[in-house]
Amino acid sequence: MFNLTGAEIIVGLLERQGITTLAGIPGGCNLPLYEALARCGRIRHILTRHEQGAGFIAQGMARVTGAPAVCLATSGPGATNVLTAIADAKLDSVPVICITGQVPRAMIGTDAFQEVDTYGLSIPITKHNYLVRSAAELLEVIPRAFAIAASGRPGPVLIDVPKDVQLQRFEFTEWPAPGQPAAPPAVDEAAIAAIAERLAAARRPVLYVGGGVVACSAGEQVRRLAERASIPVAMTLLGLGALPAGHPLALGMLGMHGARCTNLLLEEADLVIAAGVRFDDRATGKVREFCPHAAIVHIDIDASELGKIKTPATAVLASAGDALAALLPHVAADERPAWRGRLESLRRDHPLRMDGCDDVRTPYGLIVQTAALLDDEAIIATDVGQHQMWVAQAYPIRRQRQLLTSGGLGTMGFGLPAAIGAALAAPDRTIVCFSGDGSLLMNIQELATAAEENVNVKVIVMNNNSLGLVHQQQELFYQGRLFACDYRLKVDFCAIAEGFGVPACDLGTAADPRARLAEALAAPGPRLIHAPIDVNEMVFPMVPPGAANRDMIGGATHVEACK
Amino acid sequence: MLKPANDNPPPAARTDGRAVLELTVANHPGVMSHVCGLFSRRAFNVEAILCMPVGDGRQSHIWLLVHADTPLEQMVAQLLKLQDVFSVRRHEAAHDVFVRLEEYFRE
Ligand SMILES: Cc1ncc(C[n+]2csc(CCOP(=O)(O)OP(=O)(O)O)c2C)c(N)n1
Repeated sequence: MFNLTGAEIIVGLLERQGITTLAGIPGGCNLPLYEALARCGRIRHILTRHEQGAGFIAQGMARVTGAPAVCLATSGPGATNVLTAIADAKLDSVPVICITGQVPRAMIGTDAFQEVDTYGLSIPITKHNYLVRSAAELLEVIPRAFAIAASGRPGPVLIDVPKDVQLQRFEFTEWPAPGQPAAPPAVDEAAIAAIAERLAAARRPVLYVGGGVVACSAGEQVRRLAERASIPVAMTLLGLGALPAGHPLALGMLGMHGARCTNLLLEEADLVIAAGVRFDDRATGKVREFCPHAAIVHIDIDASELGKIKTPATAVLASAGDALAALLPHVAADERPAWRGRLESLRRDHPLRMDGCDDVRTPYGLIVQTAALLDDEAIIATDVGQHQMWVAQAYPIRRQRQLLTSGGLGTMGFGLPAAIGAALAAPDRTIVCFSGDGSLLMNIQELATAAEENVNVKVIVMNNNSLGLVHQQQELFYQGRLFACDYRLKVDFCAIAEGFGVPACDLGTAADPRARLAEALAAPGPRLIHAPIDVNEMVFPMVPPGAANRDMIGGATHVEACK
Repeated sequence: MLKPANDNPPPAARTDGRAVLELTVANHPGVMSHVCGLFSRRAFNVEAILCMPVGDGRQSHIWLLVHADTPLEQMVAQLLKLQDVFSVRRHEAAHDVFVRLEEYFRE
């Protein structure tokens, strides 16, 4: 027989879910929970400097492991601060469990101190949410939350727990079983046979794969299908790594900042096998003109994605891995010399132009040289902006879950805390966070957390003293009227980092910047690496917002491509 | 969200070009927020909504009168993703529930 408080029940259930590390900030309405954590003593708590940092640390852990990770916040401002990270998890389908404190039940609705309607606020940005009304309910809610977060298409679940529920005692005889992901839906064999038939008849097929493939670790199935039937593979930002960069059939990222050869090849496709993707506008461009000559086959585990944007010729409700595995035995080997030849010629004539890729003082050079100094075990996090797109284009992502980036919400400030979360989940790996000066300032306080926890995170600040991507858009689409994008003050990032206890180095003043970079990457513990970038650098090619993917500007060339 | 009959004469065949959805949901205070939130967030055009507990009160039925320009398949798929929505039934043709209700909204 157990006689425990709500707070003790939460901690007990988290332990039973296998949670060993979580991040958060205490406050009035979650102090009972913190007391229970302190008494338990077996769960490592990462005290962040902002609740958004805690949310993104949980995301970093979840993105690296694929398993739900937990963050905590108090009521009111604690809850509102964490919401951005939760919304980000929703759009990128990341399993995060957020437990917020709430004012005692009797005070709900009275505009009590630090009361906000956390439940109401979190409805549209969570996969599901709860306002817990008794300690007894926790025994059902917490395992359910873990099951929901990890089942089907993963996503965040928020659990709002009033303070008096945390303090309420409840007697029970048995712990419930930990929440587990539900079995994915069975694959419809008839639909698979239909896809196989289409593929056999297709002359110019492509695979278009995204986060849904990574979520179920289906990279291996993608590779086998692609190789057997000679199908080039385009990846979304979140799909990068599904097929390793450098594989002869890997096209890299498609869409707004995809290589010309990638978007041009898609233009010619007669069959698109879309797996674990949602036809996001950044990937498709003007959606009516996306792959205009192709029949579309759509595989997704979320029924509401099938037909949401594009009406598929064949739809399969299944995990990408299951569907592709079921498809493989129906697919005959096919060399497709003409289609492969077309791929090679487009690659030759319209490669991604990576100017300066052997000079660490340029954006591509910095990214390519960083990759050369690391192995594929490294985890790469980014913030949001030009630097993010340069990384997506140029960093050779060769593993699933190697790249951590905010795709759907595009949240500046994601990078540093997500990198810390990654380091906590994978302490033996080197984590590199490519950030911009604008983005880093959005969660720079977490440098203190990085120093305190001594995580192996190397923050590379690509500093153009500007909101570079805004600068680029104003330059290209607003008649060059630069407004509110370039900073007037030059922040001394190295001094700031040192102030937080994070050793820093400046590639701008180094005699041998590559050696300086190598040294910083190899040093244990957190480092900040300052890399000045010319503010006039642009990410090319670029599909203007609203245009079709064939209408790329910039990046055209016959300049030699860089290996 | 709830559109009672307005000053203009109510359309004669009130469910013409519309569909009626019948949802079975968990009966707790947040369910209406989840369901209604979906309409505004996804720009679904819902003309009328009706909710009543059924059975022992642990479940409710929600009736929705949906405008013809709503992508019904998509709406049903999104509704079914809500954890508190157990089932969605589609009544394509005119359904009594809103026609008879309209009496109460006439001034
Ligand atoms: C929280 C947030 N606010 C605003 C934006 C809009 N935005 C997108 S990119 C960008 C500039 C990013 O600047 P920086 O981090 O310095 O990266 P850079 O583009 O210079 O590489 C802005 C303001 C955003 N994505 N996220």
